[in-house]
Amino acid sequence: MIKLEDYIPVVGKSVVEELFMLAKHIEGKKIQNINSTAVGGGVAEILTRMIPLLNQMGVQARWDVIKGNEKFFVVTKKFHNGLHGVPVSVSDEEYQWFLEVNRENAEQMQFDDVVFVHDPQPIGLVEKRQQLGKNWIWRCHIDFSKPDKNIWRFLEQYISRYDAAVFSAPAFARRLSIPQVLIAPSIDPLSDKNKELEQSYIDSIFEQYKIDRSMPVVTQISRFDYLKDPVGVIKAYKLVKKHTDLQLVLAGGGATDDPEGPAIMKQVMDEAAGDKNIHVLFLPPGSDLEINALQRGSTIVLQKSLKEGFGLTVSEALWKGKPTIAGAVGGIPLQIAHKYSGILTHSIEGTAHWIKQLINEPEFAQRLGVNGKEHIKNNFLITRHIKDYLLLFVSLFHEGDVITL
Amino acid sequence: MSEFYFDTKLDQPILLGIKARNLSELLAGMQSVPESSIYYHTHRYLRQHHFLSPEPPNDFAYWITDVLNEDRLAERVSSVDIIQFQSLEALRREFIDILQSHMESSERSPSAPAGEEFHFMAARTFVLHTPHVAHNVGEFVAILKEVTPGSLYYHIFEAKLRLEKGENDFSRWFRDQGKTELADRLTRLDPYTYTLEGLRNKMIQLVEKYG
Repeated sequence: MIKLEDYIPVVGKSVVEELFMLAKHIEGKKIQNINSTAVGGGVAEILTRMIPLLNQMGVQARWDVIKGNEKFFVVTKKFHNGLHGVPVSVSDEEYQWFLEVNRENAEQMQFDDVVFVHDPQPIGLVEKRQQLGKNWIWRCHIDFSKPDKNIWRFLEQYISRYDAAVFSAPAFARRLSIPQVLIAPSIDPLSDKNKELEQSYIDSIFEQYKIDRSMPVVTQISRFDYLKDPVGVIKAYKLVKKHTDLQLVLAGGGATDDPEGPAIMKQVMDEAAGDKNIHVLFLPPGSDLEINALQRGSTIVLQKSLKEGFGLTVSEALWKGKPTIAGAVGGIPLQIAHKYSGILTHSIEGTAHWIKQLINEPEFAQRLGVNGKEHIKNNFLITRHIKDYLLLFVSLFHEGDVITL
Repeated sequence: MSEFYFDTKLDQPILLGIKARNLSELLAGMQSVPESSIYYHTHRYLRQHHFLSPEPPNDFAYWITDVLNEDRLAERVSSVDIIQFQSLEALRREFIDILQSHMESSERSPSAPAGEEFHFMAARTFVLHTPHVAHNVGEFVAILKEVTPGSLYYHIFEAKLRLEKGENDFSRWFRDQGKTELADRLTRLDPYTYTLEGLRNKMIQLVEKYG
């Protein structure tokens, strides 16, 4: 098991010491995380890493997953798309079903001192607050910049019952009656997805998938979700291919709460059909070492998202020193300063233009990667995230702008 | 010699839900946000990009340059000499005066494209006592070499401007010990023109030479 002390060679001793000092200030409080999926997606990933580390510092943290059937997840997927600004229609019956499932879950759960609810799926659990009291935090991991008005109005009734809301980027903040805190997510430098790898292992993965590294390799690692624009990535590749030989790798998996995955996969396969230089890899959960190897062995990493909660794959690529081109959406501009620590684009054509530039100017590309890695080290590693969560829990029990603990 | 207790601070970024699309809205925001927001936007870069040299300017200047393309105004806003200010209210007044005088003389009123608005934020600061205590100059230097950027930041920037102590904590301590020249030299430093590591090294040099 990874220990907090294992991060000292990466971030320094004093940073880890600070975490232990901070953790003492929430001694005796129990923290309960609640979300809707145990595997797949960034939320499950960070909780899997975070909970054991919190426990090591003496913080009593645990993680519960709400139960829902297919009908529930169809409704919550509509919420998800609607909050991203995609027009959707949710019927009264669907809203009722959503609340019904939340209430059933609430009846079966035991709640701790701090109830930390992640994303909209379990948001209705807060109805229990009136009866139980306790401290309730709602953590929104998704892009909230242009939500569908009806869905927003529905959710706002529940958000306003929490003690605090947490968002991943400044653009997601709204005028709310409760305090709003910014906590960017993070990556774990010691996880299988991000740790250093032997070159022979990296080579073996590229051989296994028959990716020809005599040409530049451009890779996007993402769930097959249309907000990640995998079809746009293939179109950008086709523009580049007119002038430059390259390999395109689209690799990703699905999450158990995403019913749209198979349909997107089909669109991608149709667009990629007949081109042996496009490698579409559907990776099952637990393929972290393969993903790590694919990122490390690539020439350029893309994250051409149309909407993003944060886009952790950008931090993953930058941490590996990879020149990265990404859509200027959601939390991505927090991770990339354009032309300094990576490239931000707004279109298929722009993405194609910068792929060509970075392939042809490897020194410039390398400099982007070096700066990007330093920025991630300072701001987007799990130790900074743990610090933010500890501060959040501590802040529930203190008032004022400057608090001496 | 009395002891110097090293503290450190950790910031919790707060979202205010107030955004600006143009200079009028930026001005309105500056006039209404809490002091901790003015502090956050003038010191965030120091914390997040403390490895970078030269230091990027404050958030206001960065947005005015990169999004509104108002270079002349941006230069005025970025060259505000923060070290000269004894309070955040005085600093806020300076930014407001610059913006107002620019808006009175300029015919342009540029707007930010959708998605690139200025988002006002603030910070709640948590101060923690570290186990590090210096009883003499030698111990002070040894600890100064090891403390986190947060500790350095707290005793230099936070103490003077946000806690309105008049000068940074290190200078005050050395002054109390009768080491006036060292205290004066530490006070004269403009910490805003160094990376945090550069500042740490400069202070170690001064303490070793004049302590």
